[in-house]
Amino acid sequence: MRQACLQMVYELAKQDRRVLFIGSDLGVGTLQPFKDEMPERFFMEGISEANLLGMAAGLALEGKIPYVNTIATFFARRAFEQVVVDLCLHKANVRLIASGGGLVYAPLGPTHEMIEDLAILRAIPNMTVVAPADAEEMRRFMPLTLDYSGPIYIRLAKGNDPVVTRDDVPFCIGKAIPMREGADALIITTGITLRHGLEAAGRLEQQGIEAGVLHVPTIKPLDAEAILDRISKVRAVVTVEEHTVIGGLGGAVAELIAEANFSPAKRFKRIGIPDCFPDEYGSQASLMARFGITTGDLTAAVTALLQAPRATVVERLEVVR
Amino acid sequence: MSVASPSLDQRSRELRKTIVRTMGAGGRGHFGSAFSILEILRVLYDDVLRYDPQRPKWAARDRFILSKGHGCLALYALLADKGFFPTEELSRFCRKDGLLGGHPEIRIPGVEASTGSLGHGLSIGIGFALNAKLERAAHRTFVVIGDGESNEGAIWEAALCARKHQLDRLVVIVDYNKQQSYGSTAEVLDLEPLRAKWESFGFAVEEVDGHHVEELRTVFAGLPFAPLKPNAVICHTVKGKGIPFTENNMHWHHKSKIADDEIASLLSALEAEG
Repeated sequence: MRQACLQMVYELAKQDRRVLFIGSDLGVGTLQPFKDEMPERFFMEGISEANLLGMAAGLALEGKIPYVNTIATFFARRAFEQVVVDLCLHKANVRLIASGGGLVYAPLGPTHEMIEDLAILRAIPNMTVVAPADAEEMRRFMPLTLDYSGPIYIRLAKGNDPVVTRDDVPFCIGKAIPMREGADALIITTGITLRHGLEAAGRLEQQGIEAGVLHVPTIKPLDAEAILDRISKVRAVVTVEEHTVIGGLGGAVAELIAEANFSPAKRFKRIGIPDCFPDEYGSQASLMARFGITTGDLTAAVTALLQAPRATVVERLEVVR
Repeated sequence: MSVASPSLDQRSRELRKTIVRTMGAGGRGHFGSAFSILEILRVLYDDVLRYDPQRPKWAARDRFILSKGHGCLALYALLADKGFFPTEELSRFCRKDGLLGGHPEIRIPGVEASTGSLGHGLSIGIGFALNAKLERAAHRTFVVIGDGESNEGAIWEAALCARKHQLDRLVVIVDYNKQQSYGSTAEVLDLEPLRAKWESFGFAVEEVDGHHVEELRTVFAGLPFAPLKPNAVICHTVKGKGIPFTENNMHWHHKSKIADDEIASLLSALEAEG
């Protein structure tokens, strides 16, 4: 996905001289053809993310479209105030290409795992947050970043992720993508968890349960209308994300459901990373399994929600206690 | 370098009165900083910067960023004086129907970047200067930073970057009044040797009495100071400059509430200085 994204930056730069590439201190040879062919628009500026984002904002205010790439944590954590003030407050047309969203950097530990970016970035006015599911979706999305107004945070996955999106559905920033219909339950996904959603829906079908899958690559602006429309037609909703359960996709959908005041109430569960820093190394897949972000866990969650007796308010309070 | 204290001329006193009245209208303001940078901004807007108040986004204008945004009362006084917006706006300072708040925002004609949180403006200015270099444009970028602001690591990241790109049309102006909110810069976080720091970061550096109008004109007329080097002007200033009881007086760094009789005493003190 990172390859596809950076390749698209190169392609966009060839057709539009407003496009710049800015890296921090990326791997040797990153975008070498870009550097060779358009050296004046290729910048590798060192491990100085605060300056890099301010500089990108200045360039954007002058009409350029800087695509900035570094590890996700160094945007969303290290340079958070620059993201808020320099990019969002100024509505600067800067594109943040965030490597290793979620648990991608599992072997490197919690300093490099980006588990709360969706939550904190979607809270900032003027920000757009996009998490494509695979490289093909990234290729459909990237051309739209050229003439889009305001900053965009692009969450990259690990790479070589299975292609699960469909090329007959055009990408539209801010629009959810229905991937599968189902009358019983709805699985809502973002980023690479679309694969888990589709797999779970397949397994549920074998159990006689019809689960729809709604893919939400744009976390902000959230397609509230499509999400609520789909939710209104089912009894149970499960969100699944490679992110803390606080404030991301699950949090956003919970907010929508709560304010929609459905009657009868919807059964709802968020699947994601619990409120903790990952305490193991291993791989992205092993950490996702540790936190219950798997096809199996998702399948079980949908089944459990549909089977659960309607708890009374008192019973629910007992559970909380 | 010892700070000479030239007596303020009529224009400097009038601009200070404008600042005091603006502060009176809003009932608050960062007083000390505004008086500290006033001659710097006055000389820039009177003699150095190229701009057109009728076309604030004129492509060939020089860019100016007040990175130490809390000094905005001085900037507003100059922008109003030059006609970027009606002077009546000054009387709505910090009011809900006003254009001008306690930190400058990009929606104000003549303001290039929203500042206030310290350590941001220089990097944005580098973006401006880098774009000018890419476009082979002749305009320059001036950024005023504070000495307290120079505590921020981002300032020094930016300094590394400016030198790397040989931004000789970038001018960093340090308002070196040697006071920050809590106390002296020497006490809170010492910057010395400041000139050597900027020189070692690859800047061509000049030092000047930041209240001496003629000296400021002379220094800015010498830009660029050296080929292929970014420029730094260390301005030795006095916080609260111009009124004996406010100079170097930390109680006049910021006023979140100011009474009418205090405004009157500031104005009469400025009259007396004439």
